Amino acid sequence: MENIGILLEQGKQAAEQATSAQDLDQVRVQYLGKKGHLTQLLKGLGALSAEERPQAGAKINEAKQALQDVLNARKADLESAALEAKLAEETIDVTLPGRGQSLGGLHPVTKTLQRIEEFFARIGYSVAEGPEIEDDYHNFEALNIPSHHPARAMHDTFYFNANTLLRTHTSGVQVRTMESQQPPIRIICPGRVYRCDYDQTHSPMFHQVEGLIVDKDISFADLKGTLEQFLREFFEEDVKVRFRPSYFPFTEPSIEVDIDRGDGKWLEVLGCGIVHPKVFEYSGIDPEQYTGFAFGMGVERLAMLRYGVNDLRLFFENDLRFLSQFN
Amino acid sequence: MKFSEKWLRELVDPATDTQGIADQITMAGLEVDEIVPVAGQFSGVVVGEILSAEPHPNADKLQVCQVTDGSETFQVVCGAPNARGGLKTAFAKVGAVLSAPDGSDFKIKKAKLRQVESFGMLCADDELGISDDHAGIMELAADAPVGTDLRDYLGLDDAVIDVDLTPNRGDCLSITGLAREVGVLNKTSVGYVEADVVVPTIDDTFPITLDDPEGCPRYQGRVIRNVNMAAETPLWMVEKLRRCGIRSIDPVVDVTNYVLLELGQPMHAFDLSKLSGGIVVRKATPGEKLTLLDGNEAQLNDNTLVIADSEKAVAMAGIFGGEETGVTADSKDIFLECAYFNPISIAGRARSYGLHTDASHRYERGVDWQLQRKATERATRLLLDIVGGEAGPVVEAVSEEYLPAAATVTLRQSKVNQVLAFEMPALEIEEILTRLGMTLERSGDGEWSVAVPSYRFDISIEIDLIEELARVYGYNNLPVKVPTAELNMIANDESKVTIRSVRSQLVGRGYQEAVTYSFIESGLAAQFDDKHEAKALANPISAEMAVMRTTIWPGLVKALQYNQNRQQSRVRLFETGQRFLPEGDQLIQENVVAGLICGPRQSEGWSADSASVDFYDLKGDVESLLALGGCADQFSFVAERHVALHPGQSAAIKRNGKTVGYLGALHPELVKSLDLSGPVFLFEIVQAELLEGGLPRFTSLSKFPESRRDLALLVNDSVAYDDIRAIAQQQGGEFLKAVTLFDVYQGKGVEPGQKSIALGLTWQHPSRTLNDEEINEVIDFVVSALKNEFGATLRV
Repeated sequence: MENIGILLEQGKQAAEQATSAQDLDQVRVQYLGKKGHLTQLLKGLGALSAEERPQAGAKINEAKQALQDVLNARKADLESAALEAKLAEETIDVTLPGRGQSLGGLHPVTKTLQRIEEFFARIGYSVAEGPEIEDDYHNFEALNIPSHHPARAMHDTFYFNANTLLRTHTSGVQVRTMESQQPPIRIICPGRVYRCDYDQTHSPMFHQVEGLIVDKDISFADLKGTLEQFLREFFEEDVKVRFRPSYFPFTEPSIEVDIDRGDGKWLEVLGCGIVHPKVFEYSGIDPEQYTGFAFGMGVERLAMLRYGVNDLRLFFENDLRFLSQFN
Repeated sequence: MKFSEKWLRELVDPATDTQGIADQITMAGLEVDEIVPVAGQFSGVVVGEILSAEPHPNADKLQVCQVTDGSETFQVVCGAPNARGGLKTAFAKVGAVLSAPDGSDFKIKKAKLRQVESFGMLCADDELGISDDHAGIMELAADAPVGTDLRDYLGLDDAVIDVDLTPNRGDCLSITGLAREVGVLNKTSVGYVEADVVVPTIDDTFPITLDDPEGCPRYQGRVIRNVNMAAETPLWMVEKLRRCGIRSIDPVVDVTNYVLLELGQPMHAFDLSKLSGGIVVRKATPGEKLTLLDGNEAQLNDNTLVIADSEKAVAMAGIFGGEETGVTADSKDIFLECAYFNPISIAGRARSYGLHTDASHRYERGVDWQLQRKATERATRLLLDIVGGEAGPVVEAVSEEYLPAAATVTLRQSKVNQVLAFEMPALEIEEILTRLGMTLERSGDGEWSVAVPSYRFDISIEIDLIEELARVYGYNNLPVKVPTAELNMIANDESKVTIRSVRSQLVGRGYQEAVTYSFIESGLAAQFDDKHEAKALANPISAEMAVMRTTIWPGLVKALQYNQNRQQSRVRLFETGQRFLPEGDQLIQENVVAGLICGPRQSEGWSADSASVDFYDLKGDVESLLALGGCADQFSFVAERHVALHPGQSAAIKRNGKTVGYLGALHPELVKSLDLSGPVFLFEIVQAELLEGGLPRFTSLSKFPESRRDLALLVNDSVAYDDIRAIAQQQGGEFLKAVTLFDVYQGKGVEPGQKSIALGLTWQHPSRTLNDEEINEVIDFVVSALKNEFGATLRV
């Protein structure tokens, strides 16, 4: 019985010295197993008197419990050390680049087009598209540009034959919409347009977004408000906007809109106007009952201003080093 | 149109500076492109006269001149070849300040040039910022007053304003028209040029016949005899013409040009001795020839109005005079023409001959049809003053029937208010329109009857007047608001895929969007499509941009070439846009989505898959697009040849049996001929098919376990997987849920010409567990069907 203290100390020491779960289990078997040193002591209880027995038994059980606690603690320590070692071993360089397909990107013209579409779609305009190979009627006649009109010279048109051409603007889509639908009309017409002109500042193909709203009591003031808001939202700047009288055969009054982004220089950004009554008449809309306004803008020009691109031709070279700058 | 500010100010002189006038007219719709001072900033330069010019003792190219300013004589060393005794020229005296080409000032000082003293400088045009001419020192007129400040003498405190007029404002193509506009904007009166009637001193006339009164409703002519063609055009006229961009030719032509600029009326002078019979204004006969004043011979069309005499065409009406009958230095008697041509009979004609003249520019836009008499009198007066001679009476041929009618337009206050969202006061309306030259009469309550002047071809309906009101009132002074509308729901078809999601799917899969030209080179078009003859432009910009694409592929392939030439080895591009398919008499313009991949599968990296892309990379991308609408099962891929694709690696994309696109490897011959580094894989698919999806439909989930069996089959190499899958699905019974292809193998252990295909078949019953016997029975069906159909054997 006198050995209890010694055995316990020895057991504790053995447990502390164990360096693996296996070692530790051996210690447990050695002291607490069926034939273990402390278990054996219980068997010696029979030799004691009935009065001494409970006291001695309790002491042995206390010692067993104490050793068990040490074993458990040691086990937990070993496990956490092992886990730590494993985690340390599994450490990787988190700064290495990730794996898989890299992201592509949209063309800056598309980015700009989508953005413009969105501003108008959110206030109830819907997107309308149409053919790029147009007939003379929808590109010119129905827009109040008869064949002898000097404004035709402003358009430098690509022709296939006398009656078939590449559209010079997306206004034909407006005509087609008005032919098939009565007001209220709110549409936005994005797309490719073509002009027979090629130099540093002109591309024979470029993109336009045109818009049209037709309703009762649409006024010049509505046009100004809509486009002023659009330009401020598009540039996300408090740009100065001015409306300058101009001439388009399909609108009257006709307007060019200039902006000043703070450097005191006026830049022309879009053309617009109140829909000409003759255009309504061509398309079967009563100009006494309805008014409307239309506007058109060059997408490349807006993209150049927005992103600081300095050469129009870059948009059509499809150089990946250029395109990927917009990803 | 370029005009001299000084000339304008002779008619109207508002209290505003050059920039102020430019801003005013720009904001009234006459856009100013440029303002250029007539001369540089200089002072101390006078009219000098070279008394003598002697060779410089020490330099071959220099002369030593004695120059007088009228009171003193100075020695000036000069290098100009035209320096000579008697010449009057620009003399910058010591102390004069000139501006250098870089804009800085420099002062003229006493100098020594090769040991000879020089007191001042004789100046060329460019040294004074008058023109770019540096051929020699200025040659001033013999009567130039020596000693006068050059700025005063030449009126150089002036600016040339270049205004870009829109086609509706033909009325502003003259100093008079511009002055009228400036007067309106400044509420200032305008001193219009008066033209008194020149009383004829001879009776001579030349007959005029209008054969086409619709095209030419008014033609006036006047004979002037005994003109002195040796007379010089006065300096003031030469300078005014020059500042408006017109070169001095001879006094007669200069006068007609002067009237053109001053009043906006084109005129022409014929040498009377070269005309025979009388003037006939008629249409050209087909093929009729006319040598123009520029020496070129034009072949006339019968849609072209000509001025003819009894024998031949002598001028292209309203466009260009003929050389043969033009005034020359030898002319003695002239016939002065002044006509009104209907804009429609002139419009487009000049362009059809590759011409564009000051006259055609004005006639196309409309010349005041009541101006001819005034212009004739004005020109006559000027001619008599300069070249002398005796004028006959003015002969006019006119067709009242075809002259434009004086327009009267009704204007309603209510319409003004509605269009401008602004109650413009009636007084303001009346004032603005009156200042523009209109005559208003109240025709009812809030209504006017407005008579439009004969020079305004752009005003015929009410909105034209409202535009004038808005323009003069100032667009920027008008109110601003936004439209109000009903908040109606907008239809949103859930089964539709948006083009945006197609694009973002491709972007997510590493594609960069391209925009290539819709017109391409015709040879290239044929290499990529042997089924359609691409539609050709009648007036292409170049051979590279000559026909409309029938597929986007050529554009993408060219973009690949461009990038490969710039060391880009990994290229993934897509484009959306129209293609143009001529089908019989029809032209199908449809949007397609096309893509191209080439180079390593992934961007170079420490763990990247650096193998080159193959057909299945591309197919995976295409399948991901087809799956967007939730209807992937409607599409299939069928081996099919395409002229641009590798015959063994190309497929048609079918939807319910109809071809909607193609994909495959670019034909190795094309890879070679286009000098690409391949292989290159391409797809193109009709956009509408990608956007047409379906709605998801729920089926209940089974609570019972799935059973799976794997089959390894040996089949002939030529058997298509799709056919195997179809048989397995057919024979697999109603509870077969999925067929998975988990391995395809050729090589060791498999006979050449054969391939091993490993399929996983999964069954599940909705309401019970399937037992082994059931499954084994179905598997036997599948295996024997595959055996019968394709000779497939189970691989052991």
